[in-house]
Amino acid sequence: MNPHLTLNLVQDVRELLAYQFMVNALEAAGVVAVMAAVVGWFMVLRRETFAGHTLSVMAFPGAAAAALAGLPLAVGYFVFCAAGALTIAGRRSVAQQSAVIGTVQAVGWAAGFVLLSLYGGVLEDLETLLFGSILGVTGGQVLTLALVAACALAALALLGRRLFFASVDPPLAAAGGLPVRTLASAYLLVLGLAVAATAQITGVLLVFALLLAPAAIARELTPRIGLGLGLSVVLALLIAWVGLGLSYFTNYPSGFFVSTLALVLFALARGTRHLRGGAASRLTRRRRALGSPRGQAVGG
Amino acid sequence: MTAIECRDAAVRRGGRTIWSGVDITVAAGEFVAILGPNGSGKSTLVNVLLGLLPLAHGTATVLGAQPGAHNERIGYLPQRRVFDEDTRVRGRDIVRLGLDGRRWGVPLPLATRFSARARAERRLIDGAIARVGADVYAGRPIGECSGGEQQRLLIAQALVRRPQLLILDEPLDGLDLPNQAAVAALVQEICREQGVTVLLVAHDVNPLLPYLDRVLYLAGGRAAMGPPAQVITSATLSGLYGAPIEVLHTSDGRLVVVGQPEAPHQHGPRHGAGQGHGAGQGHGGDEHRHGPPHVLG
Repeated sequence: MNPHLTLNLVQDVRELLAYQFMVNALEAAGVVAVMAAVVGWFMVLRRETFAGHTLSVMAFPGAAAAALAGLPLAVGYFVFCAAGALTIAGRRSVAQQSAVIGTVQAVGWAAGFVLLSLYGGVLEDLETLLFGSILGVTGGQVLTLALVAACALAALALLGRRLFFASVDPPLAAAGGLPVRTLASAYLLVLGLAVAATAQITGVLLVFALLLAPAAIARELTPRIGLGLGLSVVLALLIAWVGLGLSYFTNYPSGFFVSTLALVLFALARGTRHLRGGAASRLTRRRRALGSPRGQAVGG
Repeated sequence: MTAIECRDAAVRRGGRTIWSGVDITVAAGEFVAILGPNGSGKSTLVNVLLGLLPLAHGTATVLGAQPGAHNERIGYLPQRRVFDEDTRVRGRDIVRLGLDGRRWGVPLPLATRFSARARAERRLIDGAIARVGADVYAGRPIGECSGGEQQRLLIAQALVRRPQLLILDEPLDGLDLPNQAAVAALVQEICREQGVTVLLVAHDVNPLLPYLDRVLYLAGGRAAMGPPAQVITSATLSGLYGAPIEVLHTSDGRLVVVGQPEAPHQHGPRHGAGQGHGAGQGHGGDEHRHGPPHVLG
């Protein structure tokens, strides 16, 4: 039976859920969305988007290396993402950190291609690696994903307040005795493992879209912490499921719909905030410019 | 009761003695400014009092114990940092970090409905915000607040746990004149009303003069302590610097320190703009450009 999109939403959903592979895919996407939304909220707060992207790239050489060594691909994902996280962590200055991240990413891509050609290229095709094959997810994989997501969320729940403090105001957190650099490393490790677990199922690029977009949209809509996290989760589920549904009915790759949907929602949120708060923030800027003769050059 | 006591204290950093022979006594409830040129070791002293840096010589007691032993009773505001315009976190949440930022876990949703402790904490946060007059903008993202508003929120953060000692590192830096005066007045009110001891690091005494009890002046590796009128004098400062220094009183009540030698190490560009170095002989007139105290008060 060919997929057939009707105007009746209930009937469309019923058709989607009629196939076990679709149910698995929707479950996997739901789990990934919830985890990515929360992990991504901290990533956006900490302005570590570049690090997040690089860690999701590390899944590529990881898979290639594991294939070359004859190990399960998952081992490669985890080892490479963790190694990437630990390499990036522990840099003192922002400039140094972004240089290291950039280098790690370049090496990641290069190593991935070299390892792949050494292996002989019979690895599951590159496209699947990068863009995922969410329609081939098994029930066992969904369970693994749920386990990893639970671990990542538990880690963030434990660290939550301290990580927030260390992200928003590192000098003061350090003065108060918080191990700011250890927290940063711990977060990158959670990010790396979350990315590794999801990349093998949804593909490298899809993970990143779900990590970044919902949190960035929520940030545009509210400065509140709880509301922002909640919005981020809801948006991630919406984007993932609608994207998957559209992909089913049109036969185009789900990654395209997920990232396009994310982009459209982000543009809408940005526009709303601009219309709503544009006047106020212009006023703030003017007041700042008038109020502080020494300007914003005063750093810390 | 004595809040802070240092005897014959000395600090070395990277093989260089920052200051030595420093005696400090601060009584509970006093408002003391720590003054001195760049590189004189003002922030170093703060680090010593927080127990982050050991003394090379002498003793230090803070709130009746070793420095660092009672940091939970100290409200600390590090050297000013501006939250950039894109920081999308409410001022209120920044204040709250002073109370629970060091705890494990996450706050539970609806906690104030079920837990008396959560309600008590909310009252503390509301109280600190009201104390600094930040009610109106505490719900806005802190990046959209002006410099003075951010500074008030940060003071509320330092206050929220009802500390016995408040250590503020350059809280007036980068603020415009009315805000410098208003923040100085606010700090004095808090000091008097809550009986909290205040140490405030500054590089210009003029905005603080109407509100201070005593000053601690660090220069030339040594320190002098006392009421401003006794410490900021030509004789005392010349003795500290080991070079001729002249303190001028302008007709509107400001103090101008002339002949202050260049500090051996500048911290960086951040203070450079505020001080009028530039006279040809390596001596700069430190012409404090700030407004007269009677106008500020």
